[in-house]
Amino acid sequence: MITMHQLSKIFRTPDQDIAAVDTLDLSINEGEIFGIIGYSGAGKSTLVRLLNMLEQPTAGQVTVGDKNMSELKGRELRKARQEISMIFQHFNLLWSRTVKDNIAFPLEIAGMSKQEKDSRVNELIDLVGLTGRGDAYPSQLSGGQKQRVGIARALANNPKVLLCDEATSALDPKTTDAILELLTDINKKLGLTIVLITHEMHVIRKICHRVAVMEEGRIVEQGNVLEVFRYPQEDMTKEFVKQITEPEETMDAVYELIDDENGPVVKLRFVGEDAEQPVMTELVRHCGVGVNILQGKLSKTQHGSYGTLFVQLQGDDEHLKEALRFLEEHRVKAEVLQHD
Amino acid sequence: MIEQLFPNVEWAALWTASLETVYMSLAAVIMTFILGIILGLLLYLTDKGNFWENKTLHALTAAVVNIFRSIPFIILLILLIPFTNAMLGTFLGPSAALPALVAGAAPFYARLVEIGFREVDKGVIEAAQSMGAGQGRIIMRVLLPESMPALVSGITVTGITLVSFTAMAGAIGAGGLGDLAYREGFQRTQPDVTFASTIAVLIIVFVFQMIGDQLTSKLDKR
Repeated sequence: MITMHQLSKIFRTPDQDIAAVDTLDLSINEGEIFGIIGYSGAGKSTLVRLLNMLEQPTAGQVTVGDKNMSELKGRELRKARQEISMIFQHFNLLWSRTVKDNIAFPLEIAGMSKQEKDSRVNELIDLVGLTGRGDAYPSQLSGGQKQRVGIARALANNPKVLLCDEATSALDPKTTDAILELLTDINKKLGLTIVLITHEMHVIRKICHRVAVMEEGRIVEQGNVLEVFRYPQEDMTKEFVKQITEPEETMDAVYELIDDENGPVVKLRFVGEDAEQPVMTELVRHCGVGVNILQGKLSKTQHGSYGTLFVQLQGDDEHLKEALRFLEEHRVKAEVLQHD
Repeated sequence: MIEQLFPNVEWAALWTASLETVYMSLAAVIMTFILGIILGLLLYLTDKGNFWENKTLHALTAAVVNIFRSIPFIILLILLIPFTNAMLGTFLGPSAALPALVAGAAPFYARLVEIGFREVDKGVIEAAQSMGAGQGRIIMRVLLPESMPALVSGITVTGITLVSFTAMAGAIGAGGLGDLAYREGFQRTQPDVTFASTIAVLIIVFVFQMIGDQLTSKLDKR
């Protein structure tokens, strides 16, 4: 659906040239939710703007569907943009227009008649769950509702691609989840390709099928979300995975126990269906070790579950070795923690 | 009672003068609004990072605006006499004051317009672009409506300045309340006429401010 080939964007400043996107290759399949994660300054905002030519590439090509975006100009480009919608971190609604009129704006641009417009607007308002709020002004809405208006507006012209520029970063966790659910729904219902950029691994985990990790204008790692969670290769990726599996505040407590006399602290990782098996019960029964559970977390991705568990194993050396072997047999990745 | 306080005021003349002032102010406000928005748009659009980014044109517009803004109005009036004469065949009367009024107020208003446009969130313009809107549509459907409260409160401030400009224009024969206060009040030493004219000007200003404020708050949905 989307291919980027040797794509570069260089911002020239008097002091130096900054490559926000650096000879990047990436392809995104039709109908998938593709996440791009990176810290601020990694170039992901620029990257997403290169897809609809809000930024002109310095070099390279972008193809969306059957259109070579980098070659389009004027009217053709504006026409093509109607098929690539975008939602924003700060919603970017027109405050001088009501919810209805905001959603109608892209329809006006497409030149739709008033009657068609009205019925389409009402349809969209229902789709995003804002029934009855059509005559409100954006300033009367909560953040989550504003983003719903943004989504309705983006969907108005039946686009093929939806670009999400940090679309949930200004929202609280609960609202974030509701918006992510809406996006998943839309992806399933309309078969829309969604490209989203974020700095929160939580967002990737929750709705993306595939993920790319971006650093200094390049993609350092990409793959199926569950795979990336399971075998993160790059340090940058490991850091992002840790956002989910190892919340900092509890990790301090876990690390303190490493020096404890009672036994080693082990980090266990479960992936896919294995995460749903009663391995711990079996472990205690078969190997005769004590298991002191310190911290655990089970996360659901679009392709299955992923869990981490920190335990302290108690027993003699023989039993401990046996326990580690047992875990390996049951496809649980065990790692005895030591101080760095 | 009123007869004793204002022995020399001819009420019919005061009324005529008031109407002349209102006419001059209103006509000048409308023309200033249009010309100011055009100039303001030019200033904004030619600025760095905007649609028509153009250093030369921006500098040129800014220079014209700054020069006209810096000329004291009473001098501008005199400077424009030949121009008004050529255009309207006379430099006397309320209509003849209009070119000078607009030339004096529009550059000032253009700056307010530019500030108003700059306050429109760049993200909203970007959103409109991402939907495939062209420049004309973005100007008419995004930039102008989104900055309308600022444009209206700006024209209110400018309008009040225009009322005082009309009084100065009165001094060179434009008519209106300034003319009345100067010729009938000052030159013939009838302070009550000056005083009555002042009250009339104040009423016009207050009404102006009130309408402007109400319109602004009605338009502002933020």
